Amino acid sequence: MKPVYLKPESLKDVVTSYCPGCGHGLVHRLIAEVIDELKVREKTIGIAPVGCAVYAYDYFNFDVAEAPHGRPPAVATAIKRCLPDRIVFTYQGDGDLASIGTNEIIHAANRGENITVIFINNANYGMTGGQMAPTTLPGMRTTTTQKGRDSKLHGFPLRVSELLATLEGTVYIERVSLIDPANVIKTKKAIKKAFSNQLTGTGFSFVEVLSPCPVNWGLKPLEALKFVKDQMIPYFKLGILKDKTEEMKKEKGA
Amino acid sequence: MSKEIKVKIDKEKCKSCGFCVLYCAKGILFTGKKNNAKGFFYIEFDDKLNKCNSCAICALMCPEAAIEVFKEDKK
Repeated sequence: MKPVYLKPESLKDVVTSYCPGCGHGLVHRLIAEVIDELKVREKTIGIAPVGCAVYAYDYFNFDVAEAPHGRPPAVATAIKRCLPDRIVFTYQGDGDLASIGTNEIIHAANRGENITVIFINNANYGMTGGQMAPTTLPGMRTTTTQKGRDSKLHGFPLRVSELLATLEGTVYIERVSLIDPANVIKTKKAIKKAFSNQLTGTGFSFVEVLSPCPVNWGLKPLEALKFVKDQMIPYFKLGILKDKTEEMKKEKGA
Repeated sequence: MSKEIKVKIDKEKCKSCGFCVLYCAKGILFTGKKNNAKGFFYIEFDDKLNKCNSCAICALMCPEAAIEVFKEDKK
């Protein structure tokens, strides 16, 4: 028997703490596959966030540093500047990146640090029990918005990718999802491009993944995929928001 | 008939989310009746009619990397 698909080497052989149907596991696996394909496992350093993915260092089979709430871009900046030959990426949720660490991510992006940021958008604070996050959709029920998010009271969901796309320092920004096999393949492609950009020294790459959070949404795993498709995607439009990769490569070559 | 199993599911890792069952084009994956150490009814693979063509969509959708897929050697 010839293997068609084997577990990636960059992923440890452990049972994760994620809920059934959580998008984190899928994104972990895709990152591990990409790192294996690029053959950079030995020189990769990941930065784990505070949130559900806080145990990422137990699941990834390469070096992972832990950063305080929202500060992975700052830690990644330091590591990348001290060890420029390493592949440094941060893995952050929406509570971590869009709320607590908004300042950090905006300035890291504006400086155009040569790092990769993977942003998991599940529209709530997953680990702490599903409270409202900046990305929570209008009318969406969470434990802190029992009658649904009211835009007059709580403001509007933050589109981080669009926000960062306006900055000069960013090179590649794409929003992807995990709703079906085709979109999972697209997500992998986007993650691969974000990592390749760092290998070629092109600059700041950012991938936002719309991820299901079945338990906190009060839905079954398959219903959660449907929720992403029907409710989240109309607000958070998928696609490449900015791609200066080729320009930057030319600039570097010239 | 194939003698070896084409889709190997790590039953301890499986959390019964059902993504693989939903997207299996041949409908040969199903939620079993036995549970693992964590209490999830893990997904089982039953290919009596040799329908599986090793497309690996199940492995692509698995959030736990619990599925490994193999293909028959060409003779």
